[in-house]
Amino acid sequence: MDAVTVERAGINQKPSGRVADEAGPLDAPIEAGKTVGTITVEDPIFSCRDVDVYYGEKHAIKKVGIDIGKNSVLAMIGPSGCGKSTFLRCLNRMNDTIPSARVVGSILLDGKDIHDKKQDVVQLRARVGMVFQKPNPFPKSIYENVAYGPRIHGLAGDRVELDEIVHNSLQRAGLWEEVKDRLQHPGTSLSGGQQQRLCIARTIAVNPEVILMDEPCSALDPIATARIEDLMEELRQSYAIVIVTHSMQQAARVSQRTAYFHLGDLIEVGETDRIFTNPRHRLTEDYITGRFG
Amino acid sequence: MSNTNKPRRTAQETQAIVTASLRRRYWAERRFRACGLTAIVAALTFLVYLFFVIFSNGIGAFRQSELKLDIYFDPAVIDPAGTRNSEDLNGADYQALIRASLKKKFPDVEGRMGTRELSRLVSGSAAFELQREVVDDPSLIGTTRTEWLLASDAVDLLQKGHIDRALAEAERPLNDRQLGWVDQLSSEGSLALKFNKTFLSRGDSREPENAGIWGAVVGSFYTLVLTLLLSFPIGVASAVYLEEFARKNRWTDLIEVNINNLAAVPSIVFGLLGLAVFIGFFGLPRSAPLVGAMVLTLLTLPTIIIASRAALKAVPPSIREAALGMGASKIQMVTHHVIPLALPGMLTGTIIGMARALGESAPLLMIGMVAFIVDVPKGVTDAATVLPVQVFLWSDSPERGFVEKTSGAIIVLLAFLVVMNTTAVILRKKFERRW
Repeated sequence: MDAVTVERAGINQKPSGRVADEAGPLDAPIEAGKTVGTITVEDPIFSCRDVDVYYGEKHAIKKVGIDIGKNSVLAMIGPSGCGKSTFLRCLNRMNDTIPSARVVGSILLDGKDIHDKKQDVVQLRARVGMVFQKPNPFPKSIYENVAYGPRIHGLAGDRVELDEIVHNSLQRAGLWEEVKDRLQHPGTSLSGGQQQRLCIARTIAVNPEVILMDEPCSALDPIATARIEDLMEELRQSYAIVIVTHSMQQAARVSQRTAYFHLGDLIEVGETDRIFTNPRHRLTEDYITGRFG
Repeated sequence: MSNTNKPRRTAQETQAIVTASLRRRYWAERRFRACGLTAIVAALTFLVYLFFVIFSNGIGAFRQSELKLDIYFDPAVIDPAGTRNSEDLNGADYQALIRASLKKKFPDVEGRMGTRELSRLVSGSAAFELQREVVDDPSLIGTTRTEWLLASDAVDLLQKGHIDRALAEAERPLNDRQLGWVDQLSSEGSLALKFNKTFLSRGDSREPENAGIWGAVVGSFYTLVLTLLLSFPIGVASAVYLEEFARKNRWTDLIEVNINNLAAVPSIVFGLLGLAVFIGFFGLPRSAPLVGAMVLTLLTLPTIIIASRAALKAVPPSIREAALGMGASKIQMVTHHVIPLALPGMLTGTIIGMARALGESAPLLMIGMVAFIVDVPKGVTDAATVLPVQVFLWSDSPERGFVEKTSGAIIVLLAFLVVMNTTAVILRKKFERRW
């Protein structure tokens, strides 16, 4: 705990000099690592500092530092290609699957570096679940979709326990009532919104600590979107959630904190209410007022 | 752009231009359709013609002329000493029984010459048939039984209309006297075309009437089962490794190029390789289905690997991400999700490879599966031949009787192919998943 505090204190000193004057938007030129706003939170689950990501020659993420708090939703917004999805994929090391990708910097999960040699990537992904942009249920039954995670991780001792995990996960994902009579139907037979909730159920069945969501509603209609947003509010009670979204309304509705990315730089971080009402950086303001993006 | 000198077209003008171009476009489509239809009709015509020729030639191979004779199992000929032990029974002159029976039927035939001509009506194997019966059941000795015995190939050809009676006597295999006997037997109902059990149950023979396809069918079966057992796991494992696990570098590029080249190597080269490596170096038996299967495995592996890799590539990345995101390890991702989805494509590649292996004869010639083998193989190391090689062997034989055997063998080969492919298609349907 002490180490974390010291580190946070140390970090705090750096941005403090650059934090904008409360008086009005800062029109400073972008400089890597110079984020406006408070990047730290009390008792973070994730603590990222100086994270750089390279795709071959391309420098996709530049010196990003941010904390992710427990039991809250962090929304990451920004124009396409700004690196928010790339950053999200750093958190469960999904970038490992891209041969040309290289991640440097420190990403601490509960104080331990996820790039540490002792950190197993399979275990990391069991702790940090992910929901993707396009609903991607396995081409198996609804039951098997949810049971898959507990099965491979050996979370259920017997069939009864597994049934219970599946039931609870579907219940929490708000899907149980709709599918309880057809658990053996293929997961792909569901509608888009149902498939996405199935993917969420599948993720929470492993009981992760953090759930990463990469534009989870971009393929869904407004009704399905509303259901997922309600669900996120509920899931926040137990998990830390990081969501990448293109919809600023969605970010405003679901998140407590918002981070604005621009061309690989983390421009501004802050309380969602503050970001949307009183952005400090010119780029943030331009983006949320719809001047570009 | 808008302030060019050309005035803007009116809507009517645009319409006119579009309408004028429509005819040309539809005409192009009709022309293409006509070409396609012509091609398909031509292909189907040739196919129907091919099947017609093969079936009309080969259907005769499934029927065989047999002679009805009353055979007296003469104890004085079979077992003069009365010992009844199998050695004596095996050594007896059963040909004499047939001669005696024929003589009784045609009492006016005299002299050695006449007797020999008479006995030429019956196949040389008929005596072995009698021998087998007597050895199986010695109590037959001393009795008289009516037997349907295999007619000689000349009689068979005559019955099937392949011998022209108008030819000069010296130019046909049966002389006038023999023709008379055949006609007499025929009118008595003692000569008939019966279902050819021999063809479907025996191995090869120098006499067309005794030659059977079963040896080659069993040889093909052993060879293909072994080929499948070897090439499918090796092919799929190689494809999975190359596609999912191997780093993409110069070495894997080199391997990929070589696999693609191997798919285009003439098959006889694989035969030479098999001869040099499996038989020459490892000392495996010649003519064996085991070696044949190993050679055919080398031949089919490139096809299977290329098809399997294409199938693996076609698995959507979202499924891989989903599995990895759940915390599945790479091997779990591959075995639980990627391979099941790629399996239909892999099976398609395997079907193509196996169909090619079934029809392949050139590499098998190199490893000695072209030998004249009478026995039906009992294992994968017994000398054997396969269906296409049998077709090749028979088509090369001088006897007229082998012509219909060749076509008959082709029919069996096609039936084998149909059974094999149907099984594979059913299997593939079973494994197919939709998402």
